[in-house]
Amino acid sequence: MSDFHLEPKRSDAIEKAAQSAVPVTGTEPASFFKQLKGFWVTFRTMFKKPNTIEYPEVKPEVQPRFHGRHQLNRYEDGLEKCIGCELCAWACPADAIYVEGENNTEENRMSPGERHAKVYQINYLRCIFCGLCIEACPTRALTMTNEYEIADDKREKLIWEKEDLLAPLRNGMLMPPHPMYPGSDHHNYYRGEIKESHPSQEVNGRK
Amino acid sequence: MSDPTILLDDPGWVIALKGLLIFVLCVVLTLLSVWGERRIVARMQMRLGPNRVGPFGLIQALADGVKLALKEDIIPKAADRAVFILAPIISATTCFMAFAVIPMTGVVNFFGEETIMQLTDLPVGVLYVLATASIGVYGIVLAGWSSGSTYPLLGGLRSSAQVISYEIAMGLSFVGVFIYAGSMSTRDIIESQSTWWNIVVLFPSFAIYVISMVGETNRAPFDLAEAEGELVGGFHTEYSSLKFALFFLAEYVNIIAVSSLATTLFLGGPSAPPGLGFTESWLGGWFTFIWFFLKVLGFFFFFVWLRGTLPRLRYDQFMKFGWKVLIPVNVAWILVVATLRLMTQQGASQFLIAAFTGGVVLAVLLAMSLYDSTKKKAEARAHDVGEMPEPSFPVPALPSIKKVEE
Repeated sequence: MSDFHLEPKRSDAIEKAAQSAVPVTGTEPASFFKQLKGFWVTFRTMFKKPNTIEYPEVKPEVQPRFHGRHQLNRYEDGLEKCIGCELCAWACPADAIYVEGENNTEENRMSPGERHAKVYQINYLRCIFCGLCIEACPTRALTMTNEYEIADDKREKLIWEKEDLLAPLRNGMLMPPHPMYPGSDHHNYYRGEIKESHPSQEVNGRK
Repeated sequence: MSDPTILLDDPGWVIALKGLLIFVLCVVLTLLSVWGERRIVARMQMRLGPNRVGPFGLIQALADGVKLALKEDIIPKAADRAVFILAPIISATTCFMAFAVIPMTGVVNFFGEETIMQLTDLPVGVLYVLATASIGVYGIVLAGWSSGSTYPLLGGLRSSAQVISYEIAMGLSFVGVFIYAGSMSTRDIIESQSTWWNIVVLFPSFAIYVISMVGETNRAPFDLAEAEGELVGGFHTEYSSLKFALFFLAEYVNIIAVSSLATTLFLGGPSAPPGLGFTESWLGGWFTFIWFFLKVLGFFFFFVWLRGTLPRLRYDQFMKFGWKVLIPVNVAWILVVATLRLMTQQGASQFLIAAFTGGVVLAVLLAMSLYDSTKKKAEARAHDVGEMPEPSFPVPALPSIKKVEE
């Protein structure tokens, strides 16, 4: 019934296995002239192209799914995707993320739905770039970019604030706070039905 | 080639200037060779090597030197202060001294003075080089001993044993040259190579010299004195700052010194390669320096190539190689050279010389085949394990025993 070998192999099985093995030959060092081949190898290698990537001038290409620094994404009309749920912070094994949520109001709407992140910090001194925060995020607000040059000379500079992490406003996006797309609610946002901003979303001349 | 008193009528200022030039040349060459070595080894390992400081990273070694000089100079409490300070000085001074007898050019016009770029021509010039080299060992031994620490002591001991052993082989490889040239003066030796370079005539001597010069300079694959995996830094473990830089300098000047000596003894010194003799008069004789320089660079490249290719030897194998292979072979070779030399001097017939040479070749072949067959017999005995009692517990078959299929 079973395909598994749960019983330990019996001694004759070991012996059989050993017999089928290739006997060790040539314990003697290779002849002098064969050893000289090594000189040819090093000499030939001198004329090969070095593998070195001259880093600061040449930035190495990383894989598309490389775990770089984080980014807080936006909907197509500019509202933030982050709902301040703190799931990323809870998922973080290095305790690198700090989130403080806040209620959205009609005057101060940063994201569709009830809540947004008032404070969002990632401490890159602690972050191990494991990506568990990305897996935890329910709205795909948090993703990782391919950017890897985040070294700095002060500890304070390595705690990235929400402004540093937020994705830039692309064409057709409006800087929140602003109301949701007219005639829609947060479900439309979550389903990805909002493709652009509406002129009525512009408030106080803010673009 | 030239009249023998050409160096004797040098005025004082010429001698002083030559000394200064030799010193400057050595230091500059050291800086460049550190860079060159790192670049070449890097290429052999498909890397680029230092290329940041200055054009092509050329002044990397200078920058490293400045950095070393600015570092804290630590003298351990357990160290013997006076000797600890003296050791790098001995190392760094003696290595320059060998250059005094190396002729670097043919006859040249040096600010209106007909001379040779050679500080002095001693009748025992090559022995003088050996002597300075062996004083240089004191630097290493004393450094190891005075550090008051175990690793440097072991490194120093290794190094002294190594250098003494390989100096014997080195000295013996000179003997062939001395017999052939009939002199120990470097210029006479160069003149004796006017028809054939010694590398052709005395190839075994050359091969042994090249091997032993690597041992003598503590370079890979014979760098057991500073085997990082075993002895941390070897004799210079406790050294820092300028004192360490002095050891570093000594190592590279030594490499250039032994390379120059090899050039002088076996490659005709500053004389042009066969067929290019007309270049010796170019630039008023100064062009010969380029030939000398190229030959030294060739040896330097060989040093780097060795380092890039070969792993470090085990200490006992290394000593065995020196004492049981290099020295006996060298002694036998000297016998052959001496006999041949004597035969030609006494006017022996061509037939006799040919017969003797043939006899030597036959004897070598016989010895080699005898050695091979005894080795094979010994191997056969070693592999014949015979009837081994089967253990009662299950064991895998020995890998070296080939079971014959019935």
